Amino acid sequence: MLSIEDVHVTYGGAVQAVRGVSMEVPDGEVVAVLGSNGAGKTTLLRAISGTLRLHRGRIESGAIRFDGTDIGTRDPAQTVRMGLVQVPEGRRIFGRLTVEENLRAGGMASRDKAAKARAQDRVYDLFPVLRERRSQRGALLSGGEQQMLAIGRALMAEPKVLLLDEPSLGLAPRIIGQIGEVVAEINRQGTSVLLVEQNATMALGVAHLAYVLDVGEVSLSGEARQLAQTDEVQRLYLGHDGHDGDATAGAAPRRRATSGRKLSRWTA
Amino acid sequence: MTQFLSLLLNGISLGAIYALIALGFVVIFKASEVVSFTQGSLLLLGAYAIARLSDPLGFYLAALVGIAITALAAFVIERLIINRLRGAPVISLAIVTIGVDIILLTELIRRIGSDILNVPHPWGGDSVQIGDVGISENRLIAIIVAGLLIALFFLAFKFSSWGVAMRASAEDGETAALMGIRLGRVSALAWVVAGILTGVAALFLVGSPTPGVSPSAYTVALRAFPAAILGGLDSTGGALVGGLLIGVAESLAAGYQDDLLFLGRGFGDVVPYIVMIAVLLVRPSGLFGTRELTRV
Repeated sequence: MLSIEDVHVTYGGAVQAVRGVSMEVPDGEVVAVLGSNGAGKTTLLRAISGTLRLHRGRIESGAIRFDGTDIGTRDPAQTVRMGLVQVPEGRRIFGRLTVEENLRAGGMASRDKAAKARAQDRVYDLFPVLRERRSQRGALLSGGEQQMLAIGRALMAEPKVLLLDEPSLGLAPRIIGQIGEVVAEINRQGTSVLLVEQNATMALGVAHLAYVLDVGEVSLSGEARQLAQTDEVQRLYLGHDGHDGDATAGAAPRRRATSGRKLSRWTA
Repeated sequence: MTQFLSLLLNGISLGAIYALIALGFVVIFKASEVVSFTQGSLLLLGAYAIARLSDPLGFYLAALVGIAITALAAFVIERLIINRLRGAPVISLAIVTIGVDIILLTELIRRIGSDILNVPHPWGGDSVQIGDVGISENRLIAIIVAGLLIALFFLAFKFSSWGVAMRASAEDGETAALMGIRLGRVSALAWVVAGILTGVAALFLVGSPTPGVSPSAYTVALRAFPAAILGGLDSTGGALVGGLLIGVAESLAAGYQDDLLFLGRGFGDVVPYIVMIAVLLVRPSGLFGTRELTRV
């Protein structure tokens, strides 16, 4: 289980990007993190995978634990070896490397050849199009294929928890649906998933639990299905009016005291 | 015609040596994002070590140890300095390597003094005739060894895990780190590889027709910089082509200098830089370079 406990992150010692966020990714579950631009979603993933330092960021207080071990101070390579692997926002595949080389790059953390061959077969079974295109340069793939390659590359390390940063970004609706199915399938095969998304429809469709992040704080959290029913999520992330849904909303998900104020900023 | 072929062959042999140094330069840039000016003094260090050790150890063992010392020096520079300055501006890092280069060079010059140290190559100063074309045996062996080494390098760069890790981190360091690739290790290994390539270049550069190890070997290494730049600083293939181009141009200019007297004597020495400027005026990022020189 991955747990984030009251984490504060600042950039350059000044800008507070994440302010006291706590969340949990239980084993075998898909957890969605929703939020608009600047809500702190990517910062949270950087804190988990140890790349904050590359952006002059720092965890000021709080702890990130994975199966009880504090991973807040680990470097990215160590984090990967512990079983936490991130698919970065914007896919960031290696465009000059072939598809197969991209997958090899994803499997660098392990020396076990048999495990790597197994992982590669799994990736090719999950994404048959990658097998067809394995000797093509990554840059020649379409956006959807690049996203699949980015996910496949991360799966090469056989992660226990897969961290996905906006996999739907810039993709056509049909492809976004496929990405959702892939996330569900990966989860069925036993990998926990932390899914950071702006596309709430897809994210809440596959997630068990969900958190809404707003200007660096958790404003709503709860079971994904129930969260999808709430007024705010309906209005802000699912594109419905939600003017009739006030009563059902507050019941199940925990709503923080700050949420009303924060949300009003967006409805104004 | 014979003179032309002879100059061409000698130019290629010189170019192969330049290519070794330039490849090291490119590998370091790709892995560490450092434009490293340490290659000149590393070359002299390798040559000095081989010359000094030849007496007690014999030529072949001395060559191996000398190359190893060059690689070790490169490794130490990376670990002690470059690795700790990660994230510093590209320009600062380049100036730092110039500083390291001058420190190492000064010490080596002090040790060498005004002597010319002899490296007892078993093939000595003999030359061979291929048809009518003559070349020193040392330079012929240099072509063969450099060719094999460069081929081995390209195979490793293309197919080995090191090569994949290296190319991935050169393209996108942060993402490579997210995939579990240890950037520090990739960088250190790149410096070691560059050290080996430079050490091998040193081994042949101080043989016939060059009289031996003197501080002037340093200026030869400097000509590998334009080779790397004109090929494209982030292109390994470019380093090879650039090295050969510079070697051939220099050899031809030196060989035909009687016809080029209006340019003055020693024109061959400046040709590498003229070729570089001419190429960059047409292609600012080099023949095969894909990126701007300064990366953020």
